[in-house]
Amino acid sequence: MKIGVFICYCGENIGRTVDCAAVAQAAAKFPGVIHSEDYKYMCSDPGQNLIKQAIREKQLDAIVVGSCSPHMHEKTFRKAAAGAGINPYMVEIANLREHCSWIHDDIPSATKKAIELTRIAVEKVKYNEPLIPIRVPVTKRALVIGGGISGIQAALDIANAGFEVVLVEKEPSIGGHMSQLSETFPTLDCSQCILTPRMVEVYQHPKIKLLTYSEVENVEGFIGNFKVTIRKKARGVKEDLCTGCGLCVQKCPIRKVAKNEFEEGLANRPAMYVPFPQAVPNLPVIDRSVCTYYKSGKCQMCKKVCGRDAVDFEQQDSFVTEDIGSIIVATGYKLYTIDKKPENSPIQGYGEYGYGKYTDVINGLQFERIASASGPTSGEILRPSDSKVPKKVVFIQCVGSRDEAKGFTYCSKICCMYTAKHAMLYKHKVHDGEAYVFYMDIRAGGKMYEEFVRRAIEEDDVKYIRGRVSKIYEEDGKYIVKGEDTIAGMQVIIDADMVVLATAMVAQPEAPKLAQLLGVPYDKYGFLAEVHPKLRPVETSSGGIFLAGACHSPRDIPESVAMASAAAAKALVLFGSDMLEREPVIAKVNAGTCAGCFYCQKVCAYNAIEQKEIKNRAGEVIKVVAYVNEGLCQGCGTCNATCPSKSVELVGFKDEQIFNEICALY
Amino acid sequence: MHHTHKPPFIEELTAITGQDPSQCYQCGKCSAGCPVREFTDEAPNRVVRYVQLGFYEKALTSKTLWLCAGCQTCSSRCPKDFHLAHFMDAMRELALKKGMVEDEKNTVEFHKAFLKQIESYGRTHEVGMVRDYKLHTMDLMKDVDLAPTMFLKGKLSILPHKVKDTKTIKKIFKQK
Repeated sequence: MKIGVFICYCGENIGRTVDCAAVAQAAAKFPGVIHSEDYKYMCSDPGQNLIKQAIREKQLDAIVVGSCSPHMHEKTFRKAAAGAGINPYMVEIANLREHCSWIHDDIPSATKKAIELTRIAVEKVKYNEPLIPIRVPVTKRALVIGGGISGIQAALDIANAGFEVVLVEKEPSIGGHMSQLSETFPTLDCSQCILTPRMVEVYQHPKIKLLTYSEVENVEGFIGNFKVTIRKKARGVKEDLCTGCGLCVQKCPIRKVAKNEFEEGLANRPAMYVPFPQAVPNLPVIDRSVCTYYKSGKCQMCKKVCGRDAVDFEQQDSFVTEDIGSIIVATGYKLYTIDKKPENSPIQGYGEYGYGKYTDVINGLQFERIASASGPTSGEILRPSDSKVPKKVVFIQCVGSRDEAKGFTYCSKICCMYTAKHAMLYKHKVHDGEAYVFYMDIRAGGKMYEEFVRRAIEEDDVKYIRGRVSKIYEEDGKYIVKGEDTIAGMQVIIDADMVVLATAMVAQPEAPKLAQLLGVPYDKYGFLAEVHPKLRPVETSSGGIFLAGACHSPRDIPESVAMASAAAAKALVLFGSDMLEREPVIAKVNAGTCAGCFYCQKVCAYNAIEQKEIKNRAGEVIKVVAYVNEGLCQGCGTCNATCPSKSVELVGFKDEQIFNEICALY
Repeated sequence: MHHTHKPPFIEELTAITGQDPSQCYQCGKCSAGCPVREFTDEAPNRVVRYVQLGFYEKALTSKTLWLCAGCQTCSSRCPKDFHLAHFMDAMRELALKKGMVEDEKNTVEFHKAFLKQIESYGRTHEVGMVRDYKLHTMDLMKDVDLAPTMFLKGKLSILPHKVKDTKTIKKIFKQK
């Protein structure tokens, strides 16, 4: 084997502490090395040309580059080698920067170490084999989980690019939390007005298959080749027959039997209901937990009035299986339940603010409904207890957020802005009213955000008080809010008519279960994790699965939409080619020696180990062995280290390569 | 691993409380709920702030330390789990040790009189406590108008009520 060695100075980075010329000279004498040289910047165009030229002229079989970390430029040098006609996997990197020059200052000993690093790389490359990238086919269909604004945006982007999308939403309608909002910051445009057209677009899009009132039940497979089972929950209404006329909802005799979820409990709804007037699809659902028919077998009023015979009491949950190439998770958030301590949770309740006890102590989403023109008060600011106009309203920020004692350390990010919006909306509607905001910091980073908060303070005369509220209690029909103005250094007591708590955004309670199903890591709060916080913010460690919106962390509408488009772009990158090329550095099982203990299967973090039956000529199973799914394996080597019979090898890092590398040191 | 050395005062304070005052993010929830806030010269969160900024003398001489009733409302509501009542206790201890007590209302004498009762009986004997307090402060006539009401409410019994196990109480006091 003819080996070439190329030592890079990396400007001064390596050259300052390592005598690169000496390393190149020493390397020239290593057995097998027939060419050795040094250069100022090996990664530059002239540097790469040096490599290509040497490979061609001296007919090299393999090369070693003494340079920076392989993370940085391994790809560059592999490409250069391939350009000169040798297999790109016949390239090894000796890390002379991060592993040598950057961490030492004595030139002679650093140079000695650099020579040793180069020597072991030469010994390893002797056992390298040409490898061919793995190619797997790609199913050009996306699954979007969650039909809030993030899911809607991602689905539309992919569908408009010409690829099919399956959009799954667990609620009876898409729209998510954005459909509940009255106005949006910092422009104060109506949330429904900008959202509803998009919801309709999703519904009418020929490339989007919309499955509402449905949940992802199971996910199998790997990037480009997922098989997803979806449970369609029984609506009690045949979707193909129902015209959405609404007669069944009108005639349902138990009118106010359940809390209206869309109105955040500020109104009631019948057993047969459509979540809200603009719902997409405009189909009713039977709430079986309260419907008379499911209790006593009587009533059936909805069935009687339906002209299309669309009501089906006996309808069962059904399952559909979809072939999917890429998955976008957009499951959104929930508002922290402040009145009680959630079960099995480290999160504590907020007894001192009396939410749940005092009717007029409400949360942010409830205020949105009160302020909304389509809400229970038709947009008039009336407090829930007696429908009177509150003359003094206190808004409290950071309820739950940034509160370690209650179990949260993070900032929910949107509350500063929506509290300013709430106070502003209140002042716009109740001109003689007083609005107070208790805050700890105002975090208004964003285009026109700071200006928006200042507008609330300067133009709308909202009184901002820096300090946290200790307690709220009722006295003579008023809510006494006890706070401290930490800037003025005095205790503040306000007798309010209504209190709005800006409660924390928390992860969906089902998020961890879904994350486990998808093999996506999540944090202690249940928010799903990205691969790299800066450079790969929408990708997950599971190939082909991307994140959009508040399932990742608290974020507002513009950020969610941007993230959704980013996730869609990532899926579209995948759909850009028919075959997917993957690094061939993966595990391989020697079926001859594999004892079938499947320790490897237990330790594999990527579910990449499968069981394969070995049959004789008669077709009888003679043994079951481990088999590596090339699509899923990430080449981490854990199975390799675990296998008791040394039957698993990591291609590119075979035992003989590593042993040769180590032995070269002694 | 700590890269910075804390000032000696903070070391001394944390040795008692086990909590670093830098933990406090100055939200003011403690002061918001403090029942004696209207009588204090500095808000409780400000005393912590002075310590954070290194104005130890300003903090140690604050009358707030001696007005703190130790009701622990602040501790129980603190979003950072900072035990402010414990902090106040430690600050009182350090103020005494350093001779920096700024106490025009004789609260130190009151504390001492109170603790003496506990040491002897395991609970307070109001008459004995009032006697000790007044002898130390020589302010004999103060609050005398409260006596009839207290007597009628049965708060002024002539003989002390003891707890059963006064030996253990004595032992606790000796440990200090």
